[in-house]
Amino acid sequence: MHELSITQNLLALALQHAEPAGVRQITTLHLVIGELSSVVDDSVQFYWDFVSKGTIAEGARLHFERIPAAFRCLDCQTEFGRNDRYQCPACGSGHVTISAGEEFFLKSIEVEE
Amino acid sequence: MPEIDIVENIMDANDQIAARVRQQLDAAGVLGLNLMASPGAGKTSVLTATVNALKDELRLAALDGDVHPVDVEKIARTGIPVELINTGGDCHLDANKLIHALPTLDLSQVDLLLVENVGNLICPAAFALGTHFNVVIASIAEGDDKPYKYPAMYRGADVLLLNKIDMLQYQEFDLDYFRHGVEVLNPGLTFFPLSARTGEGLPAWLDWVRARVAERRAASEA
Ligand SMILES: Nc1nc2c(ncn2[C@@H]2O[C@H](COP(=O)(O)OP(=O)(O)OP(=O)(O)O)[C@@H](O)[C@H]2O)c(=O)[nH]1
Ligand SMILES: [Mg+2]
Ligand SMILES: [Zn+2]
Repeated sequence: MHELSITQNLLALALQHAEPAGVRQITTLHLVIGELSSVVDDSVQFYWDFVSKGTIAEGARLHFERIPAAFRCLDCQTEFGRNDRYQCPACGSGHVTISAGEEFFLKSIEVEE
Repeated sequence: MPEIDIVENIMDANDQIAARVRQQLDAAGVLGLNLMASPGAGKTSVLTATVNALKDELRLAALDGDVHPVDVEKIARTGIPVELINTGGDCHLDANKLIHALPTLDLSQVDLLLVENVGNLICPAAFALGTHFNVVIASIAEGDDKPYKYPAMYRGADVLLLNKIDMLQYQEFDLDYFRHGVEVLNPGLTFFPLSARTGEGLPAWLDWVRARVAERRAASEA
């Protein structure tokens, strides 16, 4: 399980921004997670509740914005979703590149001051 | 309710520790390689084959992220210093575990540090260690579709080994399909097909390692 280490990293990052701002309580964390990045499913809330205990982030809610994988054909510029051949569905070209889905960041936190 | 904008990578805390690992390696003139693969792809076999080929010309050391000392014992038989990083069942190494393991080795006596990560194609990809290069080891036995199933691992690779090519005669493996997946995820990725068992293909990989060690030395002397 890597959810525990990921929530520990997340907590460090949130506190690093909240503490200097004199925040009393973090209530929500807005996460942006791409389909191609590390797997983070909704079970991380469980680990989060555990690691955030006793901190100003205790009880905060994790909100996920999930970005689907997107590919772009470099020959005909068509955008398309993930397929098992990494091939353009419009022109059949294999000359394609990832255009979205690798996001893995903390976008913002909602706080009480 | 007030909102604070952040927009920073979730793994920032790990990445900061990884940067400290990198500083320590650089200060000692050590090249660090992070070997990642699925369970049984051949991390230990490639590591020991590499060690046996290079130990007379380079000063080597290894770290193994594992729960059992089985692989550590195999590596120790080559005669180089090796330590276990007990992962306690975690599915990956992280920079924090590595920075705590570094003092178990005398880095001033090392040119090349080989780190065997936990056998897993998902989790280790998210945790930078601070080593210089990510070496991903695929193998014929696990099939040709892994770049399609585990894109993040291939995306983050700096060099790719395809191990167990001695099995190509027994198992269907569409090399073009495999290579296409890799090329989309990581265009131009350095690629060495080899067999840790027979030694076929090993010399090209060894030359790559030698060249990186020489670069690291030159950089630390500059
Ligand atoms: N045929 C063949 N077998 C190999 C080769 N390299 C490794 N093996 C075998 O594959 C099995 C796994 O090899 P290891 O080197 O232990 O793999 P690993 O990735 O370190 O495995 P874990 O640490 O358990 O995840 C062993 O039985 C090896 O003998 C190879 O090039 N060809
Ligand atoms: Mg092993
Ligand atoms: Zn197209």
